[in-house]
Formats: sequence, structure tokens, C-alpha cells
Amino acid sequence: MNNKKQNKKINFNFTFYLLIVPVLIWLIFMIVIPHAELLISSFLVEDDSGELVFSFANYIEFFNQKIYWLTFVKTAAYSIGVTLLAFIIAFPIAFYLTKVTSKRNASFLMLLLLIPLWVGELVTVYGWMVLLGDHGVINHFLMSAGIINEPINMLYTNFSMVVGLLYMSMLFMVIPVMSTLQSLDDSLIEAACDLGASKWDIFIKIIIPYSMPGITSGAIIVFMLVIGDYLAPNLLGGKNSLWFTEQIYNNFLQTFNWNEGAAFGFLLLMLSSAIIWLALKLSGQKLEKVGS
Amino acid sequence: MIRSLPSSPVYRIAYGAYVFLFFTFLVMPLLAISVLAFNDSDFISLPWNGLTFDWFFSDTDERQGLFADEDLITSIYISMSTGFFVAALSTLVGTLAALLFEEEQFRLKGLLYFLALAPLVIPGVILGISILLTATAAGNYIENSFGVDVELFRPSYWLVILGQFSFGATYVMLLVSARLKKFDRTLEEAALSLKATRLEAIWYVTIPFLRPAIIGAFVVAFILSFANINTTIFLIGSDPTLPIDLYSRIRFSSTPVLNAVSFLIVITISGLAIINFFANRSNK
Repeated sequence: MNNKKQNKKINFNFTFYLLIVPVLIWLIFMIVIPHAELLISSFLVEDDSGELVFSFANYIEFFNQKIYWLTFVKTAAYSIGVTLLAFIIAFPIAFYLTKVTSKRNASFLMLLLLIPLWVGELVTVYGWMVLLGDHGVINHFLMSAGIINEPINMLYTNFSMVVGLLYMSMLFMVIPVMSTLQSLDDSLIEAACDLGASKWDIFIKIIIPYSMPGITSGAIIVFMLVIGDYLAPNLLGGKNSLWFTEQIYNNFLQTFNWNEGAAFGFLLLMLSSAIIWLALKLSGQKLEKVGS
Repeated sequence: MIRSLPSSPVYRIAYGAYVFLFFTFLVMPLLAISVLAFNDSDFISLPWNGLTFDWFFSDTDERQGLFADEDLITSIYISMSTGFFVAALSTLVGTLAALLFEEEQFRLKGLLYFLALAPLVIPGVILGISILLTATAAGNYIENSFGVDVELFRPSYWLVILGQFSFGATYVMLLVSARLKKFDRTLEEAALSLKATRLEAIWYVTIPFLRPAIIGAFVVAFILSFANINTTIFLIGSDPTLPIDLYSRIRFSSTPVLNAVSFLIVITISGLAIINFFANRSNK
């Protein structure tokens, strides 16, 4: 009897280690060490003899060069703006899919909603280039319909960049909001309606508060995708897009100043973590919930 | 307002129009590239000059179609094989992580779970540069100490796989966990009381229950890998994946062959989505 118990215990431990060891390898080698290395690298600069020495120079450079922190502030402000826009645009769609249309329609529209996501950002960004260019599809139609004589300059502006950012991130607002709305009992809305509440009241006092967890999850994911995005600012925003990820790319892939790039990367990580932390605090949610 | 409540026609029409506009917005870019892939013109723009399949099959100096372009075919192949390895590795580790966090209790569990979720909120760019810095540091250290150059630690095919795996496992973990939460734990206990070891119980009882989620997660990890560019661009060596190849073409030499490739991607994905749609429906 005793022997058997022992046996079970060993088995238990064996299974436990079988599960935890690969997970630890993943988390330590692919997540913890790389980010520690990022932090360390950001504090190193080459001195005159080519040796790497500890220094704050990379961060000082960031604050001294106006263009860097201006880009940083613009990226943060636009990311918050795009997240808000994504909420405004996506919420009625999420509501429509869960509460208004029939289940059959909803599952077909969901399919349509998911295709751009699976197709990948590059293809959809390219699609917007084809649509918005000076000789693009939209200008062609507007001109042949006689509405305009000169092509409207849409591509390589902040407008086209925001369109691209919204397009690739909106879906991540729709899905979490849908999953909270699904559990909202219709009778709550019916009751409010019977008691004479206006649509606006129902919306503000019942629907929005109820779906707050989904909205927070969606907002966090959208914000993170937008602030870390490179393709839409680079291909749709053009030369003047001033997106912070582009500074990081330039440091790594063009000027090969990796240490400064590491400092910029760390600043971006701090910025996104800070805003996400704030969003979680304000809404009283846990990161664990965002995942589900 | 909702299905069971009456609402004014104006409200209904306005709402319907908004939904219609939204989905037009959604479909427009994909429709535009797909149609222009068949336009008989050397430029990626209207007017429509007639139907052609040149951008798929032609093999002349002026027009090199997709299937005649060896670089493109190679990068598609690289993306496929990268996707396969990333999906396999992510599915394995992600599933283990789901089992670990759902079924085991141990110290520092909260911290580890937080780390496992971190890739959701770390921009892909940051993952890319962190892994590049770490791999390069490790590579330099090994080269200086042992005089061996390890390819894994240079930007290369295998480093791309590792980089994409670092976030792929998180998505697999979430998908598998979601199903595991619905698992009736007493089934596992029954197996244990019938003298199965814990490992046998997981293998013969839990894993079969999780199978649909595991297969789904594998596909998701594959597609995430296939489409990724933010992390990949830093880790790429001499063999570009399809998105990297397309990206440099878009920047430097756009021809309608880009539309042909995009069209193929759109068609493949839509096909998969429709199959999945009908498979789900027949399950219900």
C-alpha cells in the first residue's frame, strides 16, 4: 500500500516536470532573457576604442533629438486615437452580430470578418495602396464618374495610415465585445424598454457597462497592435508618417546602431506597458482576462 | 433594438446601411487586388484592359507570372515549411502550458502565467529585436570561446522559427485552455481510480478531448507564422519568407504579379474559412 502511494507520487512528479520543463525553457529563453538583454543593450555604447561601456547616452540622445520624442508622442497619441475610433466603429457591428441579426447571418458575416485577419496584414495593406493611390481604384472611379478632375491625394498621408491601422485592428475589438454581449440577457434590455427607457439610456446604462470587460480586452489588444505596427505607417503613411517603430527599424536595419535601437525598443515597451497598465487599473481588470 | 423588440424603420434602415458600409469597407481592398490580378495591363491600376492570366502563367521577359518566378515559389515554400515547424513547436509547448496552468498548482504560478501571456501585449517588433540581440550575443560568445559559428544564433531560417514560436505558443495555450476549461475533471479522476498513471490519464482521456482545439490551434499558429512580418524581419537570414519577399517588392518594384500572389492567398484563406464554416455547421 505504502509502495503504491510512493509510486503515484513519483508519477505525479514526473508528469509535472514533463509539463513544466518545456514551458520554463520557452519562457526563460524566449521571453525573460531576451528582454533582459534588450534592457542591458540599451545602456551600452561603443567608446573610442570600440569597447562597449555602460552609459545613458542612448536615452539622452532620445531626449535631445526633437524628432525622436516628437515621433514618440505622435505614435502614442495616434494609437490612443485609433483605439477609440476602432471602438466607435466596431461596437455597433459587434452588437449587430450578437443581438440584431439572425444566428445564420451572423455566422456568415463572422466569416467575412475573419478573412482579412487570416489573409495577413501585408496583403490588406497592399490592397489599400491599390485603392488609395493617385492612380488607384478610388480615384479612377471618382474621376470617371466626373466627381473630381484631379486625383485626390490620399495615399502617403496620415489619413491612409489611420485607415490601414483601423482595418487591421478593428476585428480585435469586435470579437471580445461580442463574447461579452453574448452573455447579456435580452430580458434586461426588454425590461428597460418596457419601463420606458430610451435607446440611448439603454445603451449608456446597460449595454456599455455590461460589455466593459470585452471593451477593455479589445482596447488593449488594438492599442498594442497599433503602437507596434510597422507596415501600415511604412507603406501607407509614407515618408512623413513618423511612427516610432520605424525609428527602431532604421536603427537595426539601416544605421546598424543596435544599442540606440534597443533603447528605443525599451522606451516603446515601457510606453505600451504603462498605457495598458493604466487601462487595466481604470477598468479594474486583470491581464488574465484579456487573454480569454 | 434587439431581435425581440420592435424598432422604427428609419432606425433599422440606418443601422442596416451602416453594417453594409462596414462590410464593404472590409471587402474592398481584397476585392480590388483580386480583380486587378487579371487585368491585362503592366501597371497595378485601372482602367480595365481585358482579362489575362499572364500574371500567373506567363514566362516572358516583360511579364513574368507567379508560377514562372522562381524567387516567389522559393519564398512560398520557405513560408510553408517555417509555418509547419512553428506550428508544431508552438502546439507542443502551448498545449503543455495549457495543461500546466489549468491542472497543476505550484509556486510562482501567477508569475509564470503572466510571462506566458506577455507576448499578447509585447509589440512584435520588440520580440524581434530582443531575440536578435540575445541570439547575436550568444553567437558571439560561443564564437569567441569555442571558435564555432552556430547558424542558429545568426539571423537565419531557424532563428525565424524560434522567434515566431515565442508568441505562437501563447495563442495555442489560450485556445487549448479555453477547451480545457470545459473538460469534466471527473473523467480524469475516474481514469486515475482505475489505476491509470497520471500521464496515461492525460494521454488517453484529456488529450483526445482536447483534439479539436489542438488541431485548430495548429492551424492558427501556422497562419500566424505565415503572415508575420513584424518579428520576422529582424531575424531573417538569406532566405526570405513570402511576406518579406512581397514587402521588398512592394517598396521597390511593383508589378501585377503581386496581385496574383495576393489573390492566391485570399482564395486559399477564403477556401479554408468556408470549409471550416461548413465543418462547424455539420458538427452542430
